[in-house]
Amino acid sequence: MQHRLGPALPWSEITPQRLYLARREFLAGVGATAFATLASGTALGAALTAKPGPFRADDKPTAKEAVTTYNNFYEFGVEKDEPAKNAGTLRTSPWSVVVEGACERPGSYALDDLIKPASLEERLYRHRCVEGWSMVIPWIGVPLASVLQAAGPTPGAKYVAFETLYDTAQMPGQTRRVLEWPYREGLRIDEAMHPLTLLAVGLYGETLPNQNGAPLRLVVPWKYGFKGIKSIVRIKLQDSQPRTAWNVSAPNEYGFYSNVNPDVDHPRWSQKTERRIGEFRRRDTLPFNGYGEQVAELYAGMDLRKFF
Amino acid sequence: MTRRTRDRIIYAVVWLACLSPLLCLVWWGLDDQLGANPINTGLRFLGLWGLRFLVAGLAITPLRGWFGWHGLQRYRRTIGLSGFAYIALHLLTYIGVDQFFDWQAIVKDVLKRPYITFGMLGFTLLLPLAITSTNAMVRRLGGRRWRQLHKLAYLIAPLGVLHYDLLVKSDTTWPWFYAGLLAALLGWRVWQARTRRVATRPVSA
Repeated sequence: MQHRLGPALPWSEITPQRLYLARREFLAGVGATAFATLASGTALGAALTAKPGPFRADDKPTAKEAVTTYNNFYEFGVEKDEPAKNAGTLRTSPWSVVVEGACERPGSYALDDLIKPASLEERLYRHRCVEGWSMVIPWIGVPLASVLQAAGPTPGAKYVAFETLYDTAQMPGQTRRVLEWPYREGLRIDEAMHPLTLLAVGLYGETLPNQNGAPLRLVVPWKYGFKGIKSIVRIKLQDSQPRTAWNVSAPNEYGFYSNVNPDVDHPRWSQKTERRIGEFRRRDTLPFNGYGEQVAELYAGMDLRKFF
Repeated sequence: MTRRTRDRIIYAVVWLACLSPLLCLVWWGLDDQLGANPINTGLRFLGLWGLRFLVAGLAITPLRGWFGWHGLQRYRRTIGLSGFAYIALHLLTYIGVDQFFDWQAIVKDVLKRPYITFGMLGFTLLLPLAITSTNAMVRRLGGRRWRQLHKLAYLIAPLGVLHYDLLVKSDTTWPWFYAGLLAALLGWRVWQARTRRVATRPVSA
């Protein structure tokens, strides 16, 4: 018997009280019509509509307050509470993404052209940070595969490289060289095309708050959280393994793959257990963050201690 | 106000100052202000204040030398013991709350994780200093031996900074700040010892 701890409705279909009260005022007003776009352009998220997607985790979603105030986003400071305080300087609208490299339709795409609002899905995913904590987050987005397919990968597309915005005025943390800027991440093409891999534009039924990587971020639920690059401006298909920020910073500590693996410790701490935010006791970390059934075959025959 | 009353008031203020980080932590904890990961926040807070008090304790002799603030001497024990108290709470939080008495995991951590090895070594060395902090113990050991023993603080504080530096993911600004402070405080002692040796060298030698 399966218990669903979260509501059967996706979060996107529950109207927060703040919004339905605001809606009454809005309807009483001038009657102007506003369509939500994927980037809210303000600190508050705009409501997003999404259909329920597959791979819904059976775990209880982590409180939205925690998801939006406990963030690693060094572009806005290295402490967990700093992104929520400092990310207001990021302008997410207009936003465009360069798609380039080994594909048939390279170009600079406006966010709403890259991700059609009608195709949005909600996915409840577990999120495991390399530091030993975890969350469960109702993301809204589209499979990365759909965006890559639209670009038309050519045979040279063996890897996908991603880059975050680099703008020290909007991202003041980039004036300090705690990492190599801009933040870079990458996936092997089969990882990128996997149906679990999501390009997210929202969470909890709203556009992404800036501190969570607005307006567009990667979510790869079987990998450590730092693989989920935020505020993406560039996606490049290429034939060589991309540079990735944490791997450049400490290659012996953060591998290119960085699959969640309780049997391969971080050199400085154990990965056996994790603290789920909002829970008291630690819980066991699962191989591939519990998505082994879906993704283990991608790594068949590979020594995951070597390719950590 | 008599001198006695004034001293007592100052003592109370020092005590309250040493206790105030703990009171803040308890208050924030009860008020749900420790963020999404309160256990980690509390753990880091206690460890950081332990280190701060150890460094403050080591600053007293140099401050006397630089500014002639000899009155600070009488608060050194309170400050040092506060450091011990925060570090003991830090360790207890790690064992009892963070790891929830998972002794197997704890032993493995101590043996395998350099930052925990160094932290645990620092705490172990701190224990005899806390135990011999009473007047009776000072008398029993004799001033000379007591002072020799308490020179362990010169090793314990750097172990604390090392413990801190090794657990930070990439921004080591603060560990380096404490390392710099310690270098100044310990460097001053080395310099003092050398000049004293030069001064006491027989002139004819």
